[in-house]
Amino acid sequence: MSPFNLAAINFVWLPILPMVIVAVAAIVVLLAGVHVDDSESEGLGLVALASLGVAFVFTLGILGQNGVAFAGAISIDSFAAFFELVILIAAMFTVMMSLDYAADNNIAGAEYYSLLLFSTVGMMLMATAGDLIVIFLGLETMSIPVYVLAGIMRRNAKSNEAAIKYFLLGAFSTGFLLYGIALVYGATGTIKLGPIHDAIASGSMGANPLLLLGIGLMLIGFGFKVAAVPFHMWTPDVYEGAPTPVTAFMAVGVKLAAFAAFVRVFLVDFPSIGAHWQTVLWVVAALTMTGGNLIAAVQTNIKRMLAYSAIAHAGYLLLGMAAGVQSGPAILYYLLGYAFTNLGAFGAVIALERRGEVGNQISDFRGLAARQPLLAGAMAIFLLSLAGIPPMAGFVGKFYIFSEALRQGYVGLVIIAVLNTVVSAYYYYYVLVAMYMQEGGSEMKRLSNRPALVAAIGLAAIATILIGIYPQPYMASAANAFHSASGAEGIHTVAGAFDP
Amino acid sequence: MNGGALTALIFLPLIGAIFILMQSEERAIWNSAFIFSLLPLALSFYVFFEFNPQSGDYQFVEQYDWIPQFGITYHIGIDGISLFLVLLTTILITLSILYSGGGDIEERPREFCFFMLVLETGLLGALLSVDLFLFYMFWEIMLIPMYFLIGIWGHGRKIYAAIKFVLFTMVGSLLMLVAILYLVYQAHIHFNRTSFDLPLLYQVPLTPTQARWLFAAFALAFAIKVPMWPVHTWLPDAHTNAPTAGSVILAGVMLKMGTYGFLRFAIPLFPAVAVEAIPLFMALAVIGIIYGALVAMMQSDLKRLVAYSSVSHLGFVMLGIFALNPQGIDGALYQMLNHGVSTGGLFLLVGMLYVRRHTHEISEFGGLWKRVPVYAAIFMAVMLSSIGLPGLNGFVGEFLIMLGGFLRLRLAVVIAVFGVILEALYMLWTYERVWFGPITKAVNETMRELSGREIAVMVPVLALMLLMGLFPRPLISRMEPSVNAMLARGNFAQAQLDTEHPPNRLVALLPASTHEPLIAAAAR
Repeated sequence: MSPFNLAAINFVWLPILPMVIVAVAAIVVLLAGVHVDDSESEGLGLVALASLGVAFVFTLGILGQNGVAFAGAISIDSFAAFFELVILIAAMFTVMMSLDYAADNNIAGAEYYSLLLFSTVGMMLMATAGDLIVIFLGLETMSIPVYVLAGIMRRNAKSNEAAIKYFLLGAFSTGFLLYGIALVYGATGTIKLGPIHDAIASGSMGANPLLLLGIGLMLIGFGFKVAAVPFHMWTPDVYEGAPTPVTAFMAVGVKLAAFAAFVRVFLVDFPSIGAHWQTVLWVVAALTMTGGNLIAAVQTNIKRMLAYSAIAHAGYLLLGMAAGVQSGPAILYYLLGYAFTNLGAFGAVIALERRGEVGNQISDFRGLAARQPLLAGAMAIFLLSLAGIPPMAGFVGKFYIFSEALRQGYVGLVIIAVLNTVVSAYYYYYVLVAMYMQEGGSEMKRLSNRPALVAAIGLAAIATILIGIYPQPYMASAANAFHSASGAEGIHTVAGAFDP
Repeated sequence: MNGGALTALIFLPLIGAIFILMQSEERAIWNSAFIFSLLPLALSFYVFFEFNPQSGDYQFVEQYDWIPQFGITYHIGIDGISLFLVLLTTILITLSILYSGGGDIEERPREFCFFMLVLETGLLGALLSVDLFLFYMFWEIMLIPMYFLIGIWGHGRKIYAAIKFVLFTMVGSLLMLVAILYLVYQAHIHFNRTSFDLPLLYQVPLTPTQARWLFAAFALAFAIKVPMWPVHTWLPDAHTNAPTAGSVILAGVMLKMGTYGFLRFAIPLFPAVAVEAIPLFMALAVIGIIYGALVAMMQSDLKRLVAYSSVSHLGFVMLGIFALNPQGIDGALYQMLNHGVSTGGLFLLVGMLYVRRHTHEISEFGGLWKRVPVYAAIFMAVMLSSIGLPGLNGFVGEFLIMLGGFLRLRLAVVIAVFGVILEALYMLWTYERVWFGPITKAVNETMRELSGREIAVMVPVLALMLLMGLFPRPLISRMEPSVNAMLARGNFAQAQLDTEHPPNRLVALLPASTHEPLIAAAAR
């Protein structure tokens, strides 16, 4: 727990203090950048890292609290804190993995780190949002810096392509979301999440077509952000073209923030008309899992492979969403494991990469076990976790989501999911084949000169195993977090994992 | 009582594996791997002697909370069904490491020993788990080291074989995971308590439809592992391409995880469905017996031949299990051990040929007897045990299985007997082609006789074959209470298909002193 007891100091800004810290740091980094050479941008990265760390400590203080601030625009609850913490971790890992990558690829440090921090603010805003407008605000604050980050390697054609694609499709999807928000507002007469929930739950809305259309459009908007099939088309090109630390940030941070808002709106506010959207999500989840996995299986570029794998994982999470409110804690737990696993996997890709291009093929992983046994071992842990092999976090996450979905009677969807897991094992194991059973591969930079990257990969590996072997506290905090959100907004009983 | 013995048994190899990662000198790696395989071996013998043969319950039980949200506990124990498989595991791992250190594995010994010991942890954990979640975890964990063993140190199409092995097994086990979760949910409905504890799950009332689907999911997972015909196709590839130690463990222990799964989970959890499934499974078992034998006969590759003979042998085990009477199951358990010892031994011997000649082709050999008589003699003994020669271990198991099967479904045994004949045929024919006749290839003129280390590996195998052939009583007496408890739980006595033959237990009816001479008499 944090030494800062925020409840004792009743000051209206304190609930958003972590966001303020990160935002101020972003401005500081940007201004300081005027006086710092690009080649010495590591210092700026360390400032960014420190600010994220401070924000992390302050966020701990929000855990266990309950309330709203700014007239309901900001929710103060464990749900927000949980997501904020994981988002901050993702941002810290991204910075750690960027330190020498940025210098190596002549990326302008000031812009890079400040955009990263601004985007983090947006993500945190999405996680704490108490009304639909703040969700939209957070989404934009998160997305616009990421559009720029994707294209920050200006002389790289792929990076440019990634930026423009992401920007166009992202703007498009934001439009859907905004339109959906407008319709929901029109139907319910409010943009605040609690009152929306009450209005829908009162039953007076019935199957109001305006409301349903609004929900449908919001579903599309979120579908874009979490890369659900058929709204996933941008993902592989953007993930491949963007600088790899940014890809990691998108695959983990953006997804966390999008799911935070997605879960809060749909599982907390809309469950009473779940019959209308859960069926849609059933189909979307099945398509997302199957599409992601099948296409991932034929990729030769590791970043594209991980992009499609991220789509597939969104599918497993959507399976939890489709199963309804009971699987909320499972989704949160899954995201936690997913975050560490994917950050680690992208970290290993960064370790192999040189000059932003070379080293991105799966064949570059050949013989890695002989040259870098520890790096290969860490990557093996991440891949096994992604494949859902015990005792890694990925397995327990799948176990949690599948068992909640089964409990809701989604046997068919769970069977589709486990068969998908077999397909995914095929391509994850192929990277293991390359690392352990083949020879060759490409040269890589010495790891001993990249302590931050090594630390990030090592921490991610430890977390991936720890969350899997000793899941109890993480499951408990995921459950607490989810119940704090749903309880605060009037859902009377949400059972924990199977508890009587 | 004896707190921690089983935990130590499971995790000692893992500690050893981590210890080995820190070694760099090759001799030190092999020595420490050997020592770390001896520790669980010694511990498993300690458990064997401390084991109370009168009890059919779990012994050496340990239970701690693990994931309370799901009622998952770290619950381990040992009974007469798992006791001998544990011994078999520790023995075969030790022999495999001893053998592999003698020149069979030259590349990357550190990783090899690491994966062997991790594999041992996975196998022992799966055998000792009483909690279904724990079992599933170890069940999946043991796949990974075997995948690496085949993929890194295998021969030929090793990557294809490794991936095929993993994917086949995963399809089954993930569907089983769904079934486990569903079963636990049903338990939650009935007992208002979430638990993965096996004794509780045995009592879950299920509708016939539910039970059928759940049984199907469990049975598929285990049938793939056994492997039963027609889901056996991963086995020949995995075996042919695996390194010798991998084949030994795969055939010796891993296949038994499938049959063990039937005995421990699929049948006792869904006894009514198991009775319904008797004709189906007996038919599949008999097809496996005959099919395995016929295909084995056609093989030109020695290792593939042994692999297909495993399909045939495991068919016998399944026949005994689905007899669902004491004789059949005792026999099946016994045959599981026999197969581990003799097929493990055969794979070791074939591996020794490979080290000498780098081929498994039968036509590459011939007349070896003259050059390497000790080798030939040992090969003969192990082969005869595999065929089921009375006096050696194979006979006792097959005899009991036939007895049990006969009481259940005569026709199945009548057909299965031909499998025994076929086996004698192809084994002896192979022996003739490899060892007798003139030396056809000049390179074989200079073949090395078995080294001291190789003999040291084979002596325990030979000793076990003889001991288990002549003195089955100490083993069967320890199995019986657990087997009886399992059968009583499923109430299979009432489920006799063949009412003319009430369950009489020929072997058990006789006092122990007359029992061994009976087997011995049959041997003459």
